[in-house]
Amino acid sequence: MNRIEGRVKVTGLATYAAEYPAEGVAYACAVQSRIAKGRIKRVDGGPALESPGVLAVLSCEDPPRMSEDADPELALFQHREVAYRGQIVAAVVADTYENARAAAAAVRVDYDPDDHDVTLSADHPGLYKPDVVNPGFPTDTGKGDVEAGLAAAATTVEVTYETPVLHNNPMEPHAALAYWDAEGRLLVYDTAQGTSTSRDMIATALGLPPDRVRVVSRHVGGGFGSKGTTRPQAVLAALAARVVGRPVKIALTRQQMFDVTGYRTPTIQRLRLGADAQGRLTALEHVAYEQSSTLIEFAEQTTVPGRVMYATPALRTAHRLVRLDVATPSWMRAPGECPGMYALESAMDELAYAAGLDPVELRIVNDAETEPGTGLPFSSRDLVGCLREGARRFGWERRDPAPGIRREGEWLVGTGVAASTYPARRSPCQAVATVRDGDFLVQVAAADIGTGARTALTRIAADTLEVSPERVHVELGDSDLPRAPVAGGSMGTASWGSAVVRACEELKRDGKEGRADTTEEIKGDAELARHAFGAQFAEVRVSSVTGEIRVARLLGVFAAGRIVDPTLARSQFIGGMTMGLGMALMEETLTDAEFGGFLHRDLAQYHVPVCADVRDVEAVWLDERDGELNPMGSKGIGEIGIVGTAAAIGNAVFHATGHRVRELPITPAKVLMPRF
Amino acid sequence: MEITLRVNGVPRKADVDPRMSLLDLLRERLGLIGAKKGCDHGQCGACTVLIDGRRANSCLALAVAVDDRDITTVEGLADGDELHPLQAAFIEHDAFQCGYCTPGQLCSAEGMLGEPGPSAITEDLLTDPGLTPDEIRERMSGNLCRCGAYVNIVTAIGEVAR
Repeated sequence: MNRIEGRVKVTGLATYAAEYPAEGVAYACAVQSRIAKGRIKRVDGGPALESPGVLAVLSCEDPPRMSEDADPELALFQHREVAYRGQIVAAVVADTYENARAAAAAVRVDYDPDDHDVTLSADHPGLYKPDVVNPGFPTDTGKGDVEAGLAAAATTVEVTYETPVLHNNPMEPHAALAYWDAEGRLLVYDTAQGTSTSRDMIATALGLPPDRVRVVSRHVGGGFGSKGTTRPQAVLAALAARVVGRPVKIALTRQQMFDVTGYRTPTIQRLRLGADAQGRLTALEHVAYEQSSTLIEFAEQTTVPGRVMYATPALRTAHRLVRLDVATPSWMRAPGECPGMYALESAMDELAYAAGLDPVELRIVNDAETEPGTGLPFSSRDLVGCLREGARRFGWERRDPAPGIRREGEWLVGTGVAASTYPARRSPCQAVATVRDGDFLVQVAAADIGTGARTALTRIAADTLEVSPERVHVELGDSDLPRAPVAGGSMGTASWGSAVVRACEELKRDGKEGRADTTEEIKGDAELARHAFGAQFAEVRVSSVTGEIRVARLLGVFAAGRIVDPTLARSQFIGGMTMGLGMALMEETLTDAEFGGFLHRDLAQYHVPVCADVRDVEAVWLDERDGELNPMGSKGIGEIGIVGTAAAIGNAVFHATGHRVRELPITPAKVLMPRF
Repeated sequence: MEITLRVNGVPRKADVDPRMSLLDLLRERLGLIGAKKGCDHGQCGACTVLIDGRRANSCLALAVAVDDRDITTVEGLADGDELHPLQAAFIEHDAFQCGYCTPGQLCSAEGMLGEPGPSAITEDLLTDPGLTPDEIRERMSGNLCRCGAYVNIVTAIGEVAR
């Protein structure tokens, strides 16, 4: 079974947010702050208003009516304070895109600037301990005596790893098209990873009851977390449409996306590991230093992997946050696990070398019987199976562990391994299944951001109804449909699928209709540690002349419960691994200490992997049965592919060159550094 | 300014702003949303169309500069209900996820299939290297895919190139 929307996507007929036809549509263009901190003295929209085709200029000079409960990143033009460079401070609405854009450049904003602070450091005086970390984990955990464990260890590793600001950069820019009808109801075509939550956030921002707002997102051009929370374009389109009395469309530019659609916080991570003579951990400590904005506290859960991965008598994990004059960081594919596992799995590789142990065997020796952070039993855990199967397929047993000794012409060759993990969660969801024209209609406000949700849910419904998939029609991407959580946290299919199964079961009993709400069912889930696991293997070639790094092979082996759709799953795993390759070798947004804001603001500066970077990438999975997850027995697979990939590549670069780079991305300059 | 161009074989007249790109003309005026705006300045390839049979970033072409030219967009690849072999291969090999880069990938691949000669990675400049996977990767590297479908894109194009 191919993707259901495959045909409309390859023929150019799939409609993304900015692509719906709208009679008399006007175009909005945002004006961004040129200072990182301070106060707006005056916005002069006069010259812009005199430009051809301009309908309105929005700014704090005449703040549009909004609720005080609006998310601070969505409270457009409500205040004169500037929280970060690039924040939206005004907008122009005009009859054409060209006129809007030209007029936006003519808006004059005068500021009273203050000194800004945009630089994260591990000794920043503003560091503090947040109450919880995203999405609700404890900030710190501890058990046993870390100092005693380190003192008793035969081998210790104490290292600091750093990861840069990373940007999600979905191919489709954040866009919205908003209409108000005569009764004051708002329709927004939005780039949303969840229409129910986007509807709620827009309604809250505008002070409207949720039933006055409808959000439609039939096709979304990728999100990777950046469209999981409502972004300013949706609110701006609604405000502008209210002002000009016409439908208004806005698509953020690629440059604007860097400023106002979220990013992965930079991290500084300190790890201390101790192991006995057999390689068994005696202590593990993982502390992360991260940033958030002055507007919103977003604390990434960077050190949670240590609470899941390895058995140890002494464990301490902690997060410290500093609020800077920067945009608010947010979700990017596997927040927490992704940067955290990069550091932890790199440090485990260092431990393997320090202890003279094979890195695969070191991980197997330290496999945990119960979840280290909580003591809870696992619903299922097959990390060891992933490592062994991966080692077999990759040809790991032929590996000489000595670093920096394999050379083919100018190329140094090395291989590396890292483990991966990601939580297997689900959230309450509603769904309705009915008979229509002899076929079956399944409705749920799920989102298909490229995961193949339509196809997966069709399969799940057809399996439950015991009919062929051709007879099932899934409707999603509309907040008027039964309420559903976002496509995020690798729990979309698990959450929506649970509701679809229950609705279809009831339809089978009833014969006409089935309605489901899984809130109560999920409350009854047993208290267990539920996680997917995996192992990533990489082979790299490093030029001894230029420092160029090529990834010759990437293999991921995953234990993720029952795989709902093998084709979609392989694409998701490979896609995550490809993004992990970018994280390892090229992705980085530098922050401008002098002027605030980001220095990398487009795709010529922020490099993502291109076709030539991605050669032999393969993903396979183990047959894993787990009856403690959801009716499908599935674990989420959207994020685990990226987790561990950067560490596997970094470990392979060390094996190739004998030089350990502890700051991502691993660029030619860093690889060649020991020579200079 | 008044221009006339042929889009997917159909003559179209338009009165365009001299600042308007071909991409915005297609999307905002002619109702052809297949070509995508990913970066609007030639860095991502999502807007790739064929201009007189050659692949080009439509965001970098001003509408006034394509007066009297032949434009093929993704909407013009299929023959009625019959998908172009590249379109069919993309579906068969799951060569996309979100689908936003897909029209550009398809137009770029269609243009590439007609481009003879060596590429930057070809070792022997005197012999046609053929569209090996490495040659496809090199020649398709102007079209970004953030979902990471490259492995399947190369398989799909390779099948059609054979």
